[in-house]
Amino acid sequence: MVPQAAPVAVFKLTQDFNNDQFPNKVNLGVGAYRTDEGQPWVLPVVKKVEKIIVHDDRLNHEYLPILGLPEFRSSASKIVLGDNSPAIQENRVGAVQCLGGTGALKIGAEFLRRFYNGSNNTKTPIYVSAPTWENHNAVFSSAGFEDVRPYRYWDAEKRGLDLAGFLGDLESCPEHSVFVLHACAHNPTGTDPTQEQWKQIAEVMMRRKLFAFFDSAYQGFASGSLEKDAWAVRYFVSSGFEMFCAQSFSKNFGLYNERVGNLTVVARDADNLKRVLSQMEKIVRITWSNPPSQGARIVTITLTSPELFSEWQENVKTMANRVLLMRSQLKAKLQALGTPGTWDHITNQIGMFSFTGLNPKQVEYLVKEKHIYLMASSRINMCGLTTKNIDYVAESIHEAVTKVQ
Amino acid sequence: MSRPGSSPDEKGVSQNGDPGGQCPLFTNTLNAPVSPETRLLSAFARDTQARKVDLAGREYYSEEGKPFELRLVGKIKQQLSTDPTLHPEYPSSLGLREFTRKATEVALGKHSRAIVENQVLGVQTPGFTAAVRLGAELLRCWYDLSADWCGPVYLSSPCDDSLAGIFQAAGIQEIREYYYWDDKQRGICLERLLEDLESAPEHSVVVLSASAHYPTGADLSQSQWAVITRLITSRRLFPFLLLPTQALCCGDMERDAWPVQHCASLGMELLCAQSFSHCFGLYGEAVGHLLCVLKQNSVLLPVQSQADKIVRSLWARPSVGGAHVVTTVLSNSAHLVEWQGEVKHIVERCMLIRAILREKLRLLGTPGRWDHLTQQGGLFCCTGLNGEQVEFLSNRRRVYLLPGGCLNVSAINCRNLDYIAESIHLALTSSL
Repeated sequence: MVPQAAPVAVFKLTQDFNNDQFPNKVNLGVGAYRTDEGQPWVLPVVKKVEKIIVHDDRLNHEYLPILGLPEFRSSASKIVLGDNSPAIQENRVGAVQCLGGTGALKIGAEFLRRFYNGSNNTKTPIYVSAPTWENHNAVFSSAGFEDVRPYRYWDAEKRGLDLAGFLGDLESCPEHSVFVLHACAHNPTGTDPTQEQWKQIAEVMMRRKLFAFFDSAYQGFASGSLEKDAWAVRYFVSSGFEMFCAQSFSKNFGLYNERVGNLTVVARDADNLKRVLSQMEKIVRITWSNPPSQGARIVTITLTSPELFSEWQENVKTMANRVLLMRSQLKAKLQALGTPGTWDHITNQIGMFSFTGLNPKQVEYLVKEKHIYLMASSRINMCGLTTKNIDYVAESIHEAVTKVQ
Repeated sequence: MSRPGSSPDEKGVSQNGDPGGQCPLFTNTLNAPVSPETRLLSAFARDTQARKVDLAGREYYSEEGKPFELRLVGKIKQQLSTDPTLHPEYPSSLGLREFTRKATEVALGKHSRAIVENQVLGVQTPGFTAAVRLGAELLRCWYDLSADWCGPVYLSSPCDDSLAGIFQAAGIQEIREYYYWDDKQRGICLERLLEDLESAPEHSVVVLSASAHYPTGADLSQSQWAVITRLITSRRLFPFLLLPTQALCCGDMERDAWPVQHCASLGMELLCAQSFSHCFGLYGEAVGHLLCVLKQNSVLLPVQSQADKIVRSLWARPSVGGAHVVTTVLSNSAHLVEWQGEVKHIVERCMLIRAILREKLRLLGTPGRWDHLTQQGGLFCCTGLNGEQVEFLSNRRRVYLLPGGCLNVSAINCRNLDYIAESIHLALTSSL
């Protein structure tokens, strides 16, 4: 008898939204970028590059190497670590092209389970933020880790980072524990440590020999600046950490359906790197063997051509700016309505998601009475807001907060 | 120690010791042992002889010696790139519905009872290996969880060298072989195959090639399938069928999928891993599919939810590019005709090469039996050469075969045919 697996909340939300007949319904649970018209957006630079690829006669039609397109791997790593990264210059940076950010996390997790902290040590604690993207747990548990635990992160009362709690968990956890860190635009809270706070985090992690596994799904998309969004990762590298960074190009390239990810590995030296990659290749071989080429080609061509690269940066800024605009407008409208409570967190948070701080009853009110769909956790996707629906949403939030306690 | 230029903090980064001051994290990581196939490929790559010939590749090679894109596929890709209705959205974890519907139909036949009675689940996967991996993971929860089934899984001898690792990665440790290729007979030895399966414990999984067996090219006949399915049913074994190069064996989608349809028509539950890389020339696009045929419709939803859960922790969702191409072709009768024409050309070329090679060996008076060359179909064939002879070919003649003596027929062309035939002849006649 095959047991039924538990359904995933966000997909049920989408289903309910789709079935709703209300004309002014709003979906604040979508996981992808939407334009102000509420439509998905093919980045203009991506359209351009797709044409280039389709008309290129010299393309190689073989299976990709198991580790992926070499030019993709190196240009993707450069984008997160910086062109002048000393780690790259010291030849101790390598990468594996993976099936999206999930694939990169998977390969990293499988490697760590086999070769980190002794061999096949499934008891090494894996720490994920409380809360975190729901799939983090699943990826590490299915890789065989028996002990996936939360580290304190979100302070619901102050609606911000629980730094003391976070540092406390870093100080008290077993040595060699693995910490999954969000590089920027924390999902689902939108709350990132400041640069000073990152320094404190890094200091403890280095001292206590903890492993840093970054999840970078929003580089460029969060602030509009690639450098700014990669600051934490680059800081850790310059501090001397050996670490992994799982990169996704789904959001910042709008390539959700081509599964473009990269697992960047920063090793101690070139020899170690070689060993690590050779083992990762074996893991990939029995997972998907050869990754798909289309998305990786699009990213590579864009990143390695100065003109296309600038155009891409502009496209990314367009997305980031629309989100920032929605944030500031939502906050302004709530303040203008005199909605009780503080709403600074909406503009303090960054990236696609925002933890509004509404309680479950208020969330239910929004969904059932106002046909505005958001997660029970009160997480909303700013991309679901448009100039056309923002008034309705602001008024509805006002109603929910004033009517429902 | 501060690093000028790279340090994000102008005041310099103070570190505890030198870079990577703690013990390197992965010192225990040895270089992965190199598989025989990889060693072969590196040897080939390092070989600077102009005359080297690689007969160990996995793709279909054109007469020009390169994998190529079907003309129709190129056209469709151009069409799709200007299609305004295609949006960049996350596909479902189970893939594009139109694709899984078509992939299921080509394996089972449109009017399959199993489809009509809704006992079928199709999952799009990023390639063939991924389909096998997903199937292996599903098997773990197929049987009663409390019994914690962990094998055994039976693989043909020989088989793709990554198969064992895939099942083991899914937590199934017990991997056994069943006798398949017999060197002397230059074909399948059914008696010994049956012997091995007769002694398999109940609920063992048997991995069987539906057509164009890799790497030998030797396939079971329909009457042999009848015997095997009887055994599978009576011994309560579970068939996991492999269909990586559908249509490239007989030139016909349906004929190549006959074993899948046969098992389904007998009411068997089964898994079938499919790939569209070869028959569409879409190697770089990772277009795979896992077909699950269930005993009852009532288990469809549970199996689907388990598949969804497993996929989420492996790759979350598949990539869509290649799947769109395949769906477009399979859904349009004009495209289908054009596609079948190109596939037929591929199949005929392989058959021709087999015939010519056999003839050359006969004319050279090469010892051994070579009828199997033309009796088999598909991209691969087993020459029956032993380890020493295979090494002779690579070391002395720069002709690279797979370690077991199998080769990729499509890599033979008019420029290297004579040299290859001579080399095989020398391998078998020189005193080694």
